[in-house]
Amino acid sequence: MKKTYPVEVDCANCASKMEEAVKGTPGVASATLNFMALKLKVEFEDGADEGAVMKEALRRCRRVESDCDIIF
Amino acid sequence: MKYKFTKKQKRLLIRIIVSACVFAAGIAVLLAVPSLPWIGRGILIASYLIAGYDVLRKAALGVVRGRIFDENFLMAVASLGAMALTEFSEAAAVMIFYQTGELFQSVAVGKSRKSVAALTEIRPDTANLVGNDGVTEVDPEDVSVGSVIAVYPGERIPLDGVIIEGRTTLDAVALTGEAIPVEAKEGDSVVSGCVNVTGAIKVRTTKEFTDSTVTRILELVEDSTSRKSRPEAFITRFAKYYTPAVCGTALALALIPPLASLIFGGDPAWREWISRALTFLVVSCPCALVLSVPMAFFGGIGCASKNGILVKGANFLELLAKAEGAVFDKTGTLTEGSFRVTNVETFGGMNGKEIIKYAAFAESVSTHPVGVCIRSECPEIPSQGDVSDVTEIPGRGVEATVLGKRVFVGKTENGDFSQNAPGVTVSVVIDGKEEGRITASDSVKESAKGAIADLKALGVKKTYMLTGDRESSARLVADAVGVGGVRAGLLPADKVGELEKIMKESSPVLYAGDGINDAPVLARSDVGVAMGALGSDAAIEAADVVIMDDDMKRLPLAVRIARKTVRIAKENIVFSLAVKAACLILGALGIAGMWVAIFADVGVMILAVLNSARALTVKNNR
Repeated sequence: MKKTYPVEVDCANCASKMEEAVKGTPGVASATLNFMALKLKVEFEDGADEGAVMKEALRRCRRVESDCDIIF
Repeated sequence: MKYKFTKKQKRLLIRIIVSACVFAAGIAVLLAVPSLPWIGRGILIASYLIAGYDVLRKAALGVVRGRIFDENFLMAVASLGAMALTEFSEAAAVMIFYQTGELFQSVAVGKSRKSVAALTEIRPDTANLVGNDGVTEVDPEDVSVGSVIAVYPGERIPLDGVIIEGRTTLDAVALTGEAIPVEAKEGDSVVSGCVNVTGAIKVRTTKEFTDSTVTRILELVEDSTSRKSRPEAFITRFAKYYTPAVCGTALALALIPPLASLIFGGDPAWREWISRALTFLVVSCPCALVLSVPMAFFGGIGCASKNGILVKGANFLELLAKAEGAVFDKTGTLTEGSFRVTNVETFGGMNGKEIIKYAAFAESVSTHPVGVCIRSECPEIPSQGDVSDVTEIPGRGVEATVLGKRVFVGKTENGDFSQNAPGVTVSVVIDGKEEGRITASDSVKESAKGAIADLKALGVKKTYMLTGDRESSARLVADAVGVGGVRAGLLPADKVGELEKIMKESSPVLYAGDGINDAPVLARSDVGVAMGALGSDAAIEAADVVIMDDDMKRLPLAVRIARKTVRIAKENIVFSLAVKAACLILGALGIAGMWVAIFADVGVMILAVLNSARALTVKNNR
């Protein structure tokens, strides 16, 4: 399953840090964050619970860049 | 375009203004009451904290998590270091400038996003689903295949489908860049993203929202920035080493000269060298550098989209800018791709109109391309009984009784006339007498000749044409449009091989085709350009660059946009690197202080951002 989420983040460098954080979240098969488009594309592993995975992903993102948001 | 500040940006702006006022007050107090410096300093510290409390907080968080090359941390070290050296005004000024830079960057990115979004503003928000109990407004994502939706005048078609009721005019300008409205009626397919101009229609959807044209196009444009160009990859790689290297140098600058002079018994001048080292930290943030390149490409891709040219990645824009050779498919790319009557020869007995009428009537049930095109040339449609006894003569033509006369349309015994002309010539024989000849050919696109001349002027020197057609007619087309090399008589499978030969001679090579039967060639070339791809998923899939309509003029325009974008990206790199280097050198020599460094750093970023905005507009003229 693939889903795209709007993202709020201020700098290009922070965006790439967020991308890494989302990639490392359990349940995420792959992720790309496009800073200019402010879009996070997540491919979930089979059977992953989207809501729970994204909650964890956001928690991890906030840890690397406290000032960010993913709208899901 | 008017830009509205976001809440975050507004808050930052207010903080900067307040902080700057407090800063001015602090300086004034410092000058007015030099005997009690701590009053002024206290006010400056307040100014510093107003501007930079979040930087300090993030820096602290970063250190806890072991990220010492975090930009916030470096800013914090630089400014706190300055305060430790009792240079309070420096510390506060650095923070104010830094935040001003952040704000500007944020606004510029927002603005660039907004203008690109406006260029590609084709996403429909709602669909009018027609159900048993009337029309309901729903999210297009919730409409299943086979549903019926209503599209009213002025609305954008949200999903691909077929019109089942009504007729209207559609405007595809957002998709193709071409403002020519198209008529559509019951039974016609419509693509999402077009604007319904005149009449209300009902559409039976044939695709889900995620597969619809509009979504695919948006995804393509949005994904395009994730394929990095070489300058972007370079600057990202550079940034990885840049920050640690500058920090390392700063540390060396703070320790080595003082220690060295200590060893040789001189004055260590700690204060001076540490202050120089702190100047280094101020310019160690690579963020503006990292942003300036993708921003230029984002603008270029946006500008291309506005003109109906979808570029799938920044890297393709770069290749397009460097293209040395261009290879074209003939049919459908350089030519219209459909037969048209180009000449009617008469032998005295009848005028051209009559000949066409008899021929068209005789061909009234024909499916042969020549028959179809003759028919389309005749305004009249035979009524019942006008045409009878139609017999096809395989490989020769068709014979029929038309209005009481026996008419033959096709090749006569005395042969084929089409040897030395493009297209096909048929005889029209009426009651045993040859009354005329009709030539039908695939005409050359009007835009092709100018486009190829334009490409050559841009430096795409070598042009080739690949075709399955015979040499003689291929030559005629090539000469008409000005293409240099002709590779004729190719089977679809041979085309890739021929392209590879061409690629050995000149590189990179762009290939322009219709994407229908030449997907392997599109994929093999350095830059595959699919022409007239609106509504053709296969072509959109296979190509690197998609030109929505089939206007050849968009090809040189694409090259021009690509060139400008790449030039801007390079300018940004060279300029920002040069200024950073200058700051570092002057800082190390003690000529430029923190003030100058941060000012130059923010200034160069502003210039790079403004320069990038130029990529949004490219004029389409020579």
